[in-house]
Amino acid sequence: MSITKKKSWNPPKIGRAQISSLEKLSEASGVSGNEDAVRKIVIDEIKAYADEYEIDALGNVLVTKRGSKKNLPRVMLAAHMDEVGFMLVHDEGEGLFRFDIVGGIDRRQIISKPVWVGKKRIPGVIAGKPIHLTTPKERSNVISVDTMRIDLGPGNSKKGKSGDWATFATKFMRQGQTLRGKALDDRVGVASLIELLKNAPPNIHLLAAFTVQEEVGLRGAKVAGYAINPDMAIVLECTPALDMPTWDGSENTLYRTKLNQGPAIYIADRATLPDPRLVRLLQETAEAYDIPYQLRQPGVVGGTDAGAIHLQRSGIPSISISVPARYLHTPASLIRLADWRNTLALVHTALSHITPNTLKGERQ
Amino acid sequence: MKSLIQKLVEIPGPSGYESQVREAVKDEVEPYVDEMQVDPLGNLITRKGSGGDKGLKVMLSAHLDEIGVMVSHVDKNGFARFTQLGTVFPRNTAGGRVRFLNGAHGVIGMEVPPSRSAVTTLNKMYIDLGVTSKKDCPVKVGDVAAFERTFQDLGKRMVSKAMDDRIGVAVLIETLKALKSTPHQVFGVFSVQEEVGVRGATTAAFGVNPDLGLAIDTTGVGDTPKSPRSDLALGKGPAIKIKDFGMISDPRVVAWIEAGAKRAKIPYQLDILIGGSTDARAIQLSRAGVPSSGISIPSRYIHSPSEMVDFDDVKNTIKLLVHLLSRPIKLQ
Repeated sequence: MSITKKKSWNPPKIGRAQISSLEKLSEASGVSGNEDAVRKIVIDEIKAYADEYEIDALGNVLVTKRGSKKNLPRVMLAAHMDEVGFMLVHDEGEGLFRFDIVGGIDRRQIISKPVWVGKKRIPGVIAGKPIHLTTPKERSNVISVDTMRIDLGPGNSKKGKSGDWATFATKFMRQGQTLRGKALDDRVGVASLIELLKNAPPNIHLLAAFTVQEEVGLRGAKVAGYAINPDMAIVLECTPALDMPTWDGSENTLYRTKLNQGPAIYIADRATLPDPRLVRLLQETAEAYDIPYQLRQPGVVGGTDAGAIHLQRSGIPSISISVPARYLHTPASLIRLADWRNTLALVHTALSHITPNTLKGERQ
Repeated sequence: MKSLIQKLVEIPGPSGYESQVREAVKDEVEPYVDEMQVDPLGNLITRKGSGGDKGLKVMLSAHLDEIGVMVSHVDKNGFARFTQLGTVFPRNTAGGRVRFLNGAHGVIGMEVPPSRSAVTTLNKMYIDLGVTSKKDCPVKVGDVAAFERTFQDLGKRMVSKAMDDRIGVAVLIETLKALKSTPHQVFGVFSVQEEVGVRGATTAAFGVNPDLGLAIDTTGVGDTPKSPRSDLALGKGPAIKIKDFGMISDPRVVAWIEAGAKRAKIPYQLDILIGGSTDARAIQLSRAGVPSSGISIPSRYIHSPSEMVDFDDVKNTIKLLVHLLSRPIKLQ
């Protein structure tokens, strides 16, 4: 395989409309298992462009956008709709609720944060003792979730109930070249996938999966991969960047990704060793078109929907590509606009170069 | 046969990067099997025998991959930081050498730990390729290396890196060669990505859709000074898997193997492995479920660059497999 730049090159752009779509997606409540609000936005956006779409038994939105003729590579693109959050588990009266964490959230980061509870997004706060009343010893301990409560106030005590989901209450904002919001993991992937459906290249059959329950163990992608059974899969994700300077000025050797260095191509994470032929497809495309990119530092942490998809049936060559973000799984994550633009451009361009020969021969 | 073992263990093939080993295995087995294919993840799936009315589809799985490392960062002085492919123990690593798939060589060093008794982690280790700058470093992020240690024949015992599971690969190759006729369809699967979570066997088992599954792998022993508690020892015969951390063998399959060993007068041991699992786990859970177990070659110092096995155990494992596969199978 070798990629030569095409004369006419016009990848989809990120403009005001796309940013406002991401804003809507970011602010929607969609904790794992309760992706309904996000699903509605997705279907609204894609239905005019899809050849067909369906909602499967777990709630994944599976969309078919056919290419220009019959026998073309069947390429699955996946982005997960769900986000980490909370679930009310016990009503203690007076608007106080015990809760559980859904997905991976650092217990140290949740105290005193505002949340939205339930479909009606009732405002609440995760109750925290003020500093006046804590002892130095308490302040050096991690507070157990058992002792925390979500406080809706007595006036709203009947508006929440056990089983309601809750999310961080974060308004999306743009600060110059930075976009800030909750759940950019993976709403930025969802937003990109919507744009790819709207601008699908004609040389492939594009099979999009907006998946559920990624944050609790890649559950939606498992059944979506089985049902779609594609020739290959590309997962659009959002991955942590730990690119701040070190406290002692030594070289930061464990940053995973860096902001403003372009899309992060996966070569190994906890769940997947991506197909090297797809790594080369993305790298060579980026080089031929001068799109900046980085390799996500390999390691045994982090996993994406590719981890579930590549193991379906007799095996599906898969890879992930991420917009790098700071502070994921907290109330406010940050991405750079340029990274999102370049991710969309790289994926779209690479798709346009896929041929039946892309996966010819054996994996190596 | 020792020369085949030497050839196999000395080929680098960390998880996800098994193609060189796969090519060597293809050359060995091609004349002895009826069919051969490579699936999308890179598993080599061979078939021998057409089965009859009473024949079963038997899947035997030995994994091609070995543990290895992948570069995660090259610093300004040319030291390469790395992550593991499969479980790499830091205690077995410092001072060891690696060979990259691109031919580069390096030695593994570590940051001085805060105290002599402190246990280090892979994040505090690096590969020194003998260069002084990032610019001169012959490897980059994503490059893959295997541990480098030559095969040594100690007579009855053999030592090398990657005995886990090239010795299983060698056993499976020799079994396919020695099996003159079988009433079954024997699927010899040389699987990938076992060390990162039995991934290759997962998709291979789906493709083969067998009636019976066996993993051919190595297993730990308890016959060294202050070793982990285990009745297994080198030289006392193939180990029949009862259970491990990831699966419980079908008792009917265990009984079938045990009866075969007794009938053929082959010594055997019963294997209850505390940590780790094998391809048998993936086969057992495939589709609607597959009766499965494993036959393991006892090994010392697993996941170190010097894994030791006993040649009699190797020969007896082949004998046992050939005996089992040459006759009808009735699980009861």
